[in-house]
Amino acid sequence: MGIKVLTVKEDLLGANEEKAKMNRELAEKYRILLVNIMSSPGAGKTSLILQTVKNFKNRARIAVIEGDVASTIDAEKVGTLSVPVVEINTGGGCHLDANMVRKGLENLPLEETDIVLIENVGNLICTAEFALGEHKKVMLLSVPEGHDKPYKYPLMFSEADLVLVNKIDVMPYFDFDLQTFCRAVGALNPSAKILPISAKTGEGLDAWFRWLEDALLQLRKGAHGVSS
Amino acid sequence: MHEQSIVEALLGLLVKHAERVGAKRILKIYLVVGELSGIVEEAMELYFAFASRNTIAEGAALFFTRVPAQLRCRSCGKVFQSERHNYLCPDCKEAGVDILSGRELYVERMEVE
Repeated sequence: MGIKVLTVKEDLLGANEEKAKMNRELAEKYRILLVNIMSSPGAGKTSLILQTVKNFKNRARIAVIEGDVASTIDAEKVGTLSVPVVEINTGGGCHLDANMVRKGLENLPLEETDIVLIENVGNLICTAEFALGEHKKVMLLSVPEGHDKPYKYPLMFSEADLVLVNKIDVMPYFDFDLQTFCRAVGALNPSAKILPISAKTGEGLDAWFRWLEDALLQLRKGAHGVSS
Repeated sequence: MHEQSIVEALLGLLVKHAERVGAKRILKIYLVVGELSGIVEEAMELYFAFASRNTIAEGAALFFTRVPAQLRCRSCGKVFQSERHNYLCPDCKEAGVDILSGRELYVERMEVE
């Protein structure tokens, strides 16, 4: 044959983007809102999900996809609330990807679901880089982590549609300045909404519930915001 | 990071293009890697050497062209190159930027026979 030069110009992460697009199409076929919830380990994702599921009993039908490197701890907690839940163990992978979420979606009763909450692996770096097909990216930061995190994890903060500041009940014990934090997030991502909450005491959660319900309504009206 | 899964995606892509033209061996691969893509060349070479064994890409050489991160300050409009993931504008010191380039990760061309 001799030596041949082939012009390729093909993206290496294209496969995940393609699969993410297909996930979104699947969700929209059933008019389901997909929400990707990301944070560091221990910031309160599972607690937030448990509170949301309890509150939305009569508001909307929620299903949950739990992502972890190992264990079924989170799925078991959600399971006690009698909502459909699937646990995905990445077996070492540091983030969920579109392929894994597809498998999760295929194991949920989509015809009877309005919102799928995806609890991503606890990780502020890699989870921001992999599209899942979600309509909304929700990022959770907790007060003990500090208000300087936006500068340290710019990608995560610039991609988020909503930033929840959790554990505000312990604000008196930490040097967390909410104004400084909001300024930092605003500089990176002027359109991100910021809501201070406590998943433990319930403070501020109504605003989160309203935001979520509104996101579902927007999707159903056909005017959903594009996450990425 | 994530060089392992990226190498797997790369191999699939290479084999697809090579087979399309009936090539029997892949000799050289030219990659464009943005500074913000997070790719470490040595890690890619390591995973590639391992994953390409017993494939038509075995022994192929990887060549990297680095694209610097070009950022545009949202406050004053200045376009600048980021140094070491610094997202602050050198002129007005604000932190809001639009990323113009730097997240690329693609195969530009390949040599086969």
